Amino acid sequence: MSTELITMSAAQLAEKLAAREISSVEATQAHLNRIADVDGDIHAFLHVSEAALSTAASVDAARGGGAQLGPLAGVPVAIKDVLCTFDMPSTSGSKILEGYIPPYDATVVRKLREANLVPLGKTNMDEFAMGSSTEHSAYGPTKNPWDLERIPGGSGGGSAAAVSAFEAPLALGSDTGGSIRQPAAVTGSVGMKPTYGGVSRYGAIALASSLDQVGPVARSVLDAALLHDVIGGYDPHDATSLTDTWPSFAEAARAGRNGESLKGLRVGVVAELNGEGFQAGVRQRFDEAVALLAKAGAEIVEVAAPSFEYAISAYYLILPAEASSNLAKFDSVRFGLRVTPEGGGTVEEVMAATREAGFGPEVKRRIILGTYALSAGYYDAYYGSAQKVRTLIQRDFSAAFEKADVLVSPAAPTTAFRFGEKLDDPLAMYLNDITTIPANLAGVPGMGLPIGLAPEDGLPVGIQLMAPAREDARLYTVGAGLETLLEEQWGGSLLAQAPALGVER
Amino acid sequence: MSAAELMDYDKALELFEPVLGFEVHVELNTRTKMFSPAPNPANEEFHAAEPNTLIAPVDLGLPGSLPTVNETAVRYSISLGLALGCQIAESSRFARKNYFYPDLAKNYQISQYDEPIAHDGQVEIELEDGTLFQIPIERAHMEEDAGKLTHVGGSTGRIQGAEYSLVDYNRAGVPLVEIVTRPIFGAEHLAPQVGKAYVSTIRDIVRGLGISEARMERGNLRCDANVSLRPRGQEKLGTRTETKNVNSFRSVERAVRYEIQRQAAILAAGGTIIQETRHWHEDTGVTSPGRPKSDADDYRYFPEPDLLPVVPSPALIEELRAALPEAPAVRRRRLKEQWGFTDLEFQDVLNSGLLVEVEETARFGAAPAQARKWWTGEIARIANAQEVEASSLVSPQHVSELIALVENGELTDRLARQVLEGVIAGEGSPSDVVKSRGLAVVSDDGALIAAIDEALASQPDVLQKIRDGKVQAAGAVIGAVMKAMKGQADAARVRELVLERASQV
Amino acid sequence: MSEITPELVEHLANLARIGLTPEEVQSLTGELGAIVDSVAKVSEVATPDVPATSHPIPLVNVFRPDVPGETVTTEQALAMAPEHDGSRFKVSAILGEEQ
Repeated sequence: MSTELITMSAAQLAEKLAAREISSVEATQAHLNRIADVDGDIHAFLHVSEAALSTAASVDAARGGGAQLGPLAGVPVAIKDVLCTFDMPSTSGSKILEGYIPPYDATVVRKLREANLVPLGKTNMDEFAMGSSTEHSAYGPTKNPWDLERIPGGSGGGSAAAVSAFEAPLALGSDTGGSIRQPAAVTGSVGMKPTYGGVSRYGAIALASSLDQVGPVARSVLDAALLHDVIGGYDPHDATSLTDTWPSFAEAARAGRNGESLKGLRVGVVAELNGEGFQAGVRQRFDEAVALLAKAGAEIVEVAAPSFEYAISAYYLILPAEASSNLAKFDSVRFGLRVTPEGGGTVEEVMAATREAGFGPEVKRRIILGTYALSAGYYDAYYGSAQKVRTLIQRDFSAAFEKADVLVSPAAPTTAFRFGEKLDDPLAMYLNDITTIPANLAGVPGMGLPIGLAPEDGLPVGIQLMAPAREDARLYTVGAGLETLLEEQWGGSLLAQAPALGVER
Repeated sequence: MSAAELMDYDKALELFEPVLGFEVHVELNTRTKMFSPAPNPANEEFHAAEPNTLIAPVDLGLPGSLPTVNETAVRYSISLGLALGCQIAESSRFARKNYFYPDLAKNYQISQYDEPIAHDGQVEIELEDGTLFQIPIERAHMEEDAGKLTHVGGSTGRIQGAEYSLVDYNRAGVPLVEIVTRPIFGAEHLAPQVGKAYVSTIRDIVRGLGISEARMERGNLRCDANVSLRPRGQEKLGTRTETKNVNSFRSVERAVRYEIQRQAAILAAGGTIIQETRHWHEDTGVTSPGRPKSDADDYRYFPEPDLLPVVPSPALIEELRAALPEAPAVRRRRLKEQWGFTDLEFQDVLNSGLLVEVEETARFGAAPAQARKWWTGEIARIANAQEVEASSLVSPQHVSELIALVENGELTDRLARQVLEGVIAGEGSPSDVVKSRGLAVVSDDGALIAAIDEALASQPDVLQKIRDGKVQAAGAVIGAVMKAMKGQADAARVRELVLERASQV
Repeated sequence: MSEITPELVEHLANLARIGLTPEEVQSLTGELGAIVDSVAKVSEVATPDVPATSHPIPLVNVFRPDVPGETVTTEQALAMAPEHDGSRFKVSAILGEEQ
């Protein structure tokens, strides 16, 4: 029973909870056991909640009392450490925030609690979400459940590993340049970056404000949709939050399962996102997935996005610039680490010493790069130009969506690489985000989902689906359609093929 | 600090032409802050709050917090822009000004940079001799205030020599409008007066609009004065200094005069002016050098990604324009006529900077002539002696109450002055002071008659003279009665009663 | 070739209030040089006729009503502070002048 409780989907778990076949305490305990068993190897969690079981018990009590609860009530969920939680440390993977407990919940966390989900704990990440491997976490890397020698992607490697190692059925992530979609791709899980403004950023420790977006991490498209329904929607605390009324994403996912939705769907293959430098097995599985869509009645069109070539450059100017400003608040005055130089020092010296000791090398690199990009005399050439590239990329998207209903690309250029492989070469590391960055620059939604294992290394490969801004529901419908076709081929989920971990109970 | 060498003022004006510029910061009295829903200490209601009690997450720069724009602050800013004769920008946006300082919680200030809410205006000011002078306005932009530092240790409470500092973030995020003039030419020897009249006019404007408490002693209105000199006949502007912390009308006048004399002495001796920030010292009446402008002033402005552009509709602008109070010059002409003051009387009020006080006192019911008499007389005298602004001593409402007490015969002028002292000492309203100090005029005729009868009995010769029709002899009796009543009697009433009793006894 | 020099890195680190060891200055000079050379290509297509985009989804006039709302208490504010005096945050001496 315990194994079943952790391997079933969140949707199934929710049904059994609603039918009172199982209790939330049982489901939560099963996941806590799993965490105890495997997280020593995986290190997906930075903190495991001590309140999880009591929260679960109160949900059970409410249900027992006849309360009408939401669809995911009683389902455990893991929370990326970038999100503020008033009852758990929120470090964003940084030493400078070690032990920091915020006085408030992020809006998405508040919504989880209001919907009676059960927070299991906080997941590991690259420091301040800067990275593609979790190797930049101040608390040590997370391992890929498919191969413990390899990275789980980043920055949200902890959330992706937690769901793919069955430590949690659902998790929250954040995606600034691919931090939800790329980890999904390399761990065989599903991740969704919503339309910018679709989910509140309030209480998400900011990396790059104009790019950050919180989203769901799960093992199936429907599960991601169910979680998106809980966290999405307008929040007056976030000025960039959209006031749109959103359709039910779960319904959109369910509607997609029969495959009908793929008939006549115009699928645009982005030429610029499937070229040189992509791993052979990634291209092979991607081409097969496109062929599968065609077989199901989709019309495949090639679209050009010439400005995407400049996306990484624009991204690595805009992100560091905004981050250099967003991370200035970590100054040792009101919260977080304080390091005083030997023999004391002025407040300036204390700040500099604190930030020297509290930030890791990648964070320092990007802050200094961003400071440069905004400096008088360089602004026009760098930050200003990058903002113009953003306009060009949006135009490319607009043109592409004239021809196609959804755009597709591999979700990452390679499968999971080995630890240390790209650590000393920032530029090589940055190229990991080549497929995911355009969606952040344009604000459009993007989804990563598994499409098989690369023949050469047996590791998961993901596809990315993109839709026009505000058309998140379309991705759930199409994603669920593709997922259904693939799982028919595989005879189950891709994650069922993952190697066993830890000690079986 | 050692006083700088000063040139004789008239000599300085003979050799050089002064060019002025002013940056005035106005704290708006909205109920909440510019970017957070925390109560605004620049609103009278929240003025006296304890440290760090008026704070929301964004005011502390807490991780994950986000700013939201106060709609009323935007409306006030537009109204102020219109009152300054400015164009209101079709589209205006916020920008981050990045610099580290412990009173700046986020280590960036949200301000406006390339797209201020209002630009290109003109303000008419009236000088002491009644001549009108035009001040060109470059821009008015919205921004947030910083927190408050208290320097502890060392001898002076100043920053130099302090052992540590304490930070209170109540003021962080208070809505500010910064009004920046263009270079002001042609003020010549009246330059100090132009400065004073300009700041005083700004105060009248914002108080007329009701958008600020506008109390300089509380920092609701703060002025930085820029002064440069150029040799007569030279076109190129001289190097300017920016004198900060000039926080009373009188100080503006003194600081401008001081800088003209100081710079003239340096230039005449063949020296050069350093472009720098200088600090005004109210106590010693000198300016001292602060930071020189340098590369360190690289504020790395960029558009605030957490906030969206402000695009005021023409309808809103027209609505606010229609609601503007009359322009100060028009208002002055109207009030002078309405009050029936002579030129001299009215100039007296204007030159004391007490127009608003007199107007408000009259609005509370006092006769304008009485209001003028008290404000420019006794209150101004005390303010001068204490070297503070008259407006900071007592409220128009209390002055009006005081005048009413005199009118009703409850106080004599002499008693009223004592009551005023009590009010200024913070003992409450005039009636509170009358009660607590027992200062009311004795209006009990019985007590007066007893005293009169006693006085008449002891001075039979005087009584006889009065009976003989030599009414002026009553003075001696009146004096004795007033003495017996310790002055707390209405002399006119005593005289009446003396004459009455003399004919009866 | 990049214009990133060790002196510039030191200046930027000072603006960003980050202490750096001489070794870090050295390695950052090389890394930043390579990154800047690579990202500088944005200026190839950023012609004057292209407007800048600062927000991915264009919205305007997003305001909050002027009504007091959620705040944090002094106790909550100071709870995570490295040093305080019971009501205010405490910092070591400040170099230089008032801002």
